[in-house]
Amino acid sequence: MKRILITSAISMIVFTLALGIVYPLVITGISQLAFPGNANGQQIREGGRLVGSKIIGQQFTDVVLKPDAKPEMDSAGNPVTVPDKRYFQTRPSGTTPEDNSAATTFANLGPNDLATKQAIVTNMDAYLALERPYDPGLTASQVPVDAVDTSASGIDPDISPANADIQAHRVAAMRHLTLATVKALIDQNTAGRGLGFSGEPSVDVVTLNLALDARR
Amino acid sequence: MTFTGWLTIFGFAAILTALALPFGRYLAAVYTGGRTWLDPVLGAPERFLYRLLRADPSEGQDWRTYAKSLIVFSLAGWLLLFLILRTQTLWDFTGLNPLHYHSAPWNVTFNTTSSFLTNTNWQYYGGETTMSYFSQMAGLTVQNFLSAGVGIVVAVALIRGIVSRGGSSLGNFWQDIVRTVLYVLLPLSIVVALVLVFQGSIQTFSTYLVSHGLTSGGSQSIAVGPVASQEAIKELGTNGGGFFNVNSAHPFENPTGFTNLVEMLAVLIIPAALVFTYGRMTGSRRQGYAIYATMMVMFLGAAVVCYVAEAHGSPAQHAAGIHHGGNLEGKEQRFGIAGSALFDVVTTVTSCGAVNSAIESFTGIGGAVPFANLSASEVIFGGVGTGLYSILLYVLLAVFIGGLMVGRTPEYLGKKIEAREIKLVALGLLITPLAALFSTALATASRAGRASISATGVGPQGFSESFYAYLSQANNNGSAFAGYGGFVQPNAGSLGSHGITFADLLGGFEMLFARYGPILFALAVAGTLVGKRVSPAGLGTMRTDNPTFVILLIGVIILVGALTFFPALLLGPIVQGLTGHLYS
Repeated sequence: MKRILITSAISMIVFTLALGIVYPLVITGISQLAFPGNANGQQIREGGRLVGSKIIGQQFTDVVLKPDAKPEMDSAGNPVTVPDKRYFQTRPSGTTPEDNSAATTFANLGPNDLATKQAIVTNMDAYLALERPYDPGLTASQVPVDAVDTSASGIDPDISPANADIQAHRVAAMRHLTLATVKALIDQNTAGRGLGFSGEPSVDVVTLNLALDARR
Repeated sequence: MTFTGWLTIFGFAAILTALALPFGRYLAAVYTGGRTWLDPVLGAPERFLYRLLRADPSEGQDWRTYAKSLIVFSLAGWLLLFLILRTQTLWDFTGLNPLHYHSAPWNVTFNTTSSFLTNTNWQYYGGETTMSYFSQMAGLTVQNFLSAGVGIVVAVALIRGIVSRGGSSLGNFWQDIVRTVLYVLLPLSIVVALVLVFQGSIQTFSTYLVSHGLTSGGSQSIAVGPVASQEAIKELGTNGGGFFNVNSAHPFENPTGFTNLVEMLAVLIIPAALVFTYGRMTGSRRQGYAIYATMMVMFLGAAVVCYVAEAHGSPAQHAAGIHHGGNLEGKEQRFGIAGSALFDVVTTVTSCGAVNSAIESFTGIGGAVPFANLSASEVIFGGVGTGLYSILLYVLLAVFIGGLMVGRTPEYLGKKIEAREIKLVALGLLITPLAALFSTALATASRAGRASISATGVGPQGFSESFYAYLSQANNNGSAFAGYGGFVQPNAGSLGSHGITFADLLGGFEMLFARYGPILFALAVAGTLVGKRVSPAGLGTMRTDNPTFVILLIGVIILVGALTFFPALLLGPIVQGLTGHLYS
C-alpha cells in the first residue's frame, strides 16, 4: 500500500509536468513557428489597430449618439446600436451584448417555448425592416433560417449564401456598387464543405465586409 | 434533408471503420507486449518513467491490487486538481492568468474536480470567464489524459480476465497507464492538435485581444488561449470539457466543416478501435466484429432519427412561419443541420459530451436521441475503454439470458458464467441508472434542486433540463441542456458569482459513484473470470459471433435501458416531440 501511495504521488507530479506543461508548450512552439497567423487568432489590423479576427463574428453596427455627442446607453449599461447599412450583418447571437467574444454562451431557447417563437418573430421583423426597402420582392417565407435562428457560439462569423444574396441588395445600394460586384465578393468569401461533404457552404461576414472596405 | 446530409452520416461511418481497423491492430500490440513502430522512439522514455515511478512493469497484479492502484492513483489526481483549481491566483507568477481570475467557489470546484477525474467534464463554469491558462493546462488537460487512460486500462484488464488461461494476474496498472499515455494518447493528441491549428484553431499564451471593430459598435474583447492542445485530448479522451463556454461551437475550438469531421473521428477512433483490439486479443476477430456491428447499428439508428427530426424544424419555428431549412436554432452555419446532429450523436453515444450546438434547442425528438444514447449507459462505442467494459458486461448478461433460453449452462469464450459473475454484472450495470434516477428525483422534488432550472426552462423543458443534467453526470458524459446551472457566472467587474451548492454537490458525488462503482465491478468480474478453466466449444455452445447474437445483444441493451428510463423520458422530451403546443 505504501508503495502504491508513493508511485501515485510521483506519477501525478511527473504527468503534470509532462502533459500539463511540456505538451502544451511544445504544441505552442510548433504552432507559433508553422502557423503563426492561425495560432494567434487570424487577427485583422488596420494601421496597427486591431479591428477583429477573421473567424470571430462581430457586430457591424453604429453607436447611437445623444445630442451632446455621448453614446446612448440601454438599461443594462451597454451602448445602444443600430445596424450599419453599408455592411453585411451577422446572425442573431445569444451573448450579452451580442457577439461578446469574452463570455460566449448559447441562447438555450427550447423547441416548444413561446419565448422561442417570439424571438424568431422579432428577428424576422427586424430582418425584413432592414432588407425589404432594397429588395422589395422579399417575403417572410423567403427569409433564410440562419437569419432568424440564433447561432450556437453567439459569435458565428458565417451566414448562408442565400442570406448573403438578400443582404447584397442593400449593401450594393448603400455603397453604390453593382449587384454583380457584391455577389462576386460574396463568392470569394464563401467556404465550401469540408472534403466536399462535411458541413455547409458559408459566407464569412467579417472577411466579406473587410473586402468591401478595401475597395474604397 | 439533403444528399450531402446523408453522406455526412454514412461517409463518416465508413471513414471511421477504415481508420479503426488498423488502429485496433496497433492497440493490440501495445497491450500484449507486441512490437510497434513507435518502440524505437518511446522505448527509452518508457523505461525511464518506470524507474522514476519506482514501478516494476513485469509484476502481475490480481484484481484487488490492480483496483487499489487505480483508486489511489485517482485519489491523488483528485487532490492535486482540487488544489490547483482552488489556488488559481497563486500561480499568477507563471504569467498564465492574464485576466487574474480568482478561483471558482469551493462547491463549484468540487464539482469540476470530480467531473474531470471521472472523464465526465460536466462544466458548471464558463472556461473563458473562470479559468486561468495554468488551470486549463496543468490541471484540466492533465486529467483529460489520465481519466481517459484509466478508462482504457480497465477495459484492457477485463479483456485479460476473459482471455486468461489461468493464474490471477490482470496485468500491471502502472505499465498499462504509462503505455496508454505514451503510445496512444500523446502521439494522437500531437497530430490532432497540429491539424486543428493548421485549420484555424488558436494556440497562444497572449492575453485576451482588444478589438476596435470595423464599425463603432463592433468593439469586442476576444478571449484566446492555448486551445488546440486541450481541444485535441478533449476529443481523443472522450472528455468533452471545452476551453470556452460554448465548447466545440466556438470558432477557435472548431473552425471549419473539416475540423468538425476531424473532431468527430477523434472522439470515436479509440472506442471503435478497442473493439477490434478485443477481437484480436481473444484470438477470434469475429467476436470483435459482432460487438462492432451491434454498436454501429445502434449508432446509425440514433444519427438517422436525430438528423430527420432536426431537419424537420421545431414547433416554435413553425409557429413563427418558418417551414424550411430545419431547426438551425443554436447551431452554427458552417456545420449545418447534419454536421450538428451527427456531432451530437457522436458525443452522446460516447462519454465525450462535447457539443457544437445547443442541445437544449434541439427538437423534442432530436433531443430525445441524446437522452436515449445516455440511457443505453454508454455502450454504443461509449467512452474510451468505458464503452468496451460496459458492453462486455452486457455481453455476459446476454449470454446468460441466451443460455437460459436454450437451457444450457451459459458459457462465454469457453468460460462458465455462474451466479457470482451474473450478480457482479447486474450490480455493475444498475449503478448508473440508480444514480441517475435517484438524483433526478431528488433534484426535481426539492426547491434547492429546482433553483438550477433556467428562466426559459418552462413546462416539460424544465424537467428535461434536470433529468438530462443527472443522466449526463451519471453516465460521465458531460453534455448538457446548458440552461441548467450550478454556478452563477460572474459579470465583468462583478464579484457576485456563487455556486448553487445543491446541484454542485449532488452532481459531484453522483459522478464519482457512477464512475468508480462500475469500474470496481468490472474489475471484480475480471477477477472471477481470470482463473476459470477454459472448456472447448461443443456442439451446443451458443455462438457469440453471429447475427443472432448481435440481435440478442441489441435487444438486451434496449430492454434494460428502456425499462429503466422510459417513464422519465415520457415526462420530458417525448411529450415535447408529440405535441406542437408552446409553453410559456
